[in-house]
Amino acid sequence: MDVPPTAEPAVEARGLSKRYRGGQLAVDGLDLRVPRGSVFGFLGPNGSGKTTTIRMLLGLIEPTAGTAALLGRPMPRDARRVLPAVGALIEGPALYGFLTGRDNLARFDAADPTADPATRRARIDAALGRVGLGAAAGKRAKAYSLGMKQRLGLAAALLQPRELLVLDEPTNGLDPQGMREMRALVRELAGEGITVFLSSHLLDEVEQVCTHTAVMARGRLLTQGPVAQLAAGVRGRLAVTTPDAADAARVLREHGVTGLSVAGDQVTGDPPDAAGTGGAGAGGARPVDLADLNAALVGAGVRVRAFGVERGTLEDAFVALTGEGFDVAG
Amino acid sequence: MSPAEPATAASEGAATGPRSAPPSAARWWWTFGLLRSELGVTLRRWRTLALLGILAALPVLIGIAVKVETGDGGGSGGGEGPAFIHQVTNNGLFLVFTALAATLPFFLPMTVGVVAGDSVAGEAAAGTLRYLLVAPAGRSRLLLAKFASVVVFCLLATLVVAASALLVGVALFPVGDVTLLSGVTVSFGEGLLRALAIALAVTVSLLGLAALGLFVSTLTGSGIAAMSATVGLLITVQILAVIPQLDALHPYLFPYHWLSFADLLRAPVLWDDVLANAGLQALYVAVFGSAAWARFTSRDIAA
Ligand SMILES: Nc1ncnc2c1ncn2[C@@H]1O[C@H](COP(=O)(O)OP(=O)(O)O)[C@@H](O)[C@H]1O
Ligand SMILES: [Mg+2]
Repeated sequence: MDVPPTAEPAVEARGLSKRYRGGQLAVDGLDLRVPRGSVFGFLGPNGSGKTTTIRMLLGLIEPTAGTAALLGRPMPRDARRVLPAVGALIEGPALYGFLTGRDNLARFDAADPTADPATRRARIDAALGRVGLGAAAGKRAKAYSLGMKQRLGLAAALLQPRELLVLDEPTNGLDPQGMREMRALVRELAGEGITVFLSSHLLDEVEQVCTHTAVMARGRLLTQGPVAQLAAGVRGRLAVTTPDAADAARVLREHGVTGLSVAGDQVTGDPPDAAGTGGAGAGGARPVDLADLNAALVGAGVRVRAFGVERGTLEDAFVALTGEGFDVAG
Repeated sequence: MSPAEPATAASEGAATGPRSAPPSAARWWWTFGLLRSELGVTLRRWRTLALLGILAALPVLIGIAVKVETGDGGGSGGGEGPAFIHQVTNNGLFLVFTALAATLPFFLPMTVGVVAGDSVAGEAAAGTLRYLLVAPAGRSRLLLAKFASVVVFCLLATLVVAASALLVGVALFPVGDVTLLSGVTVSFGEGLLRALAIALAVTVSLLGLAALGLFVSTLTGSGIAAMSATVGLLITVQILAVIPQLDALHPYLFPYHWLSFADLLRAPVLWDDVLANAGLQALYVAVFGSAAWARFTSRDIAA
């Protein structure tokens, strides 16, 4: 094991806040802890403060309050020592349009004091190959598509062996194929032991690629933890497919299912609390088994085509936390 | 579907923590490397090349104008035009002095204002500044590299004017021994050396504006705004410099000693104004360089 179990978190923030000049708090008292080796999804709708947080972590803007540390060292004080081990993609790629892809990378590499000019060529070639841009390396960056620019930005983040990658919405603006490739690359990098801190406004993206997540809304952290744990904390929805939808809904309601909705041959609802038997249960207070619900339906003559509980998703978790949909901008 | 496993095979670097200082051999190489990178980026911008092209074309225009004028038999009629213009027909080397005297009040400093004004603000607007800073270039070192590259541009711009003027002068006019302003005649070789010294003096004259432009460049996130503000300041100062009521202010304006370079064409050389010019430029560099540093090292890079 290369990383001692006591290793400091890859990213740590305490009470981190930012108020832009004349604005309200863009980030409000953020406490964040990103374990080493995790793929950490920093999730939040547009305007929730993700990019602002990332800029503070990387020392680009001064926090109004609070502290940040990367790889166990305080930022921005130790920026010169920490950042060579950190690759970053911040709010989309920014390139010199009049330079070729290769020359763009040479430019960013020349800015890194720890980058050895003697190995520059080889490292640039490796980074270009890694993101699949080898063939377009000699083209001027202004002729690149957005997807190619994004990849070149990622190549710049991979010019040196990194311990941490900070990727701000790396799939933003990409077509579905580009998104798939970017996510595959992120998984691959994570597989090599690099901690990945990835911001996203896409719930399914975080569910697909991340081991851990933190959820932001309006500058505040709602929750953080392993993805599986968060999703599991939310009760799934009961879903019944039946040609006798109306009857099914009636029977389910009689058995304590709430929040019922009927759409065509689909009936969904929140199953009664299976674990506890709150005081509300009218008679008997016996835990309701899903099998009993199914039996009740069949017993009432409802023809059931499919019966099951849809797993709780991050979106359910988000809605449960905020009481509002995920797409609400902050 | 399965999310990536937490790593067990960490990269080599992880074992030793963040790599600390750069290898000492690479260290000063690097500072030079960043300057080289800065210069490369500056000189590969289309805008920079266009400005240098204009500077190269101006002596050609002046040379042709003088040639046409004298070809017409007009002789040295009025006493107007830039300094030294009437000596050009006798000695092509004087086209170097004429061209520098003609471009120094506006064209040369304008190109410096554009390049200096764009240096930080242009990269902030393009977003590349944030990637340089997380590389991490280091704010002080990046600013130093940018100022150094603007200084090199000042020298280059001056040399472009001088070299173009020398070529045109040699091509269109006779050359030979040079009669200095004090009446002494020196060899063409010494004349060339003095031309080089004058080019250096002109470069020094541009440094105050370079520092001012760099400071303006740290104030805004728009390259266009910084460029126009710097060139606007240049124009304003040149206007203030000819308002007699502001006499008391004039010695503190950066162009005050600009034409002192002519003193290098005397024998013996009159150093007073040349040195006063260097001192004034150094003062501007110190004041606005510090201001740029204070601003840039504390500024939020939110573009
Ligand atoms: N440079 C800025 N100046 C002022 N307000 C800003 C600036 N950048 C972002 N904001 C505001 O801060 C909030 C958070 O923005 P941001 O961090 O970009 O969110 P996200 O990256 O999650 O979309 C938004 O309300 C946004 O309008
Ligand atoms: Mg953002």
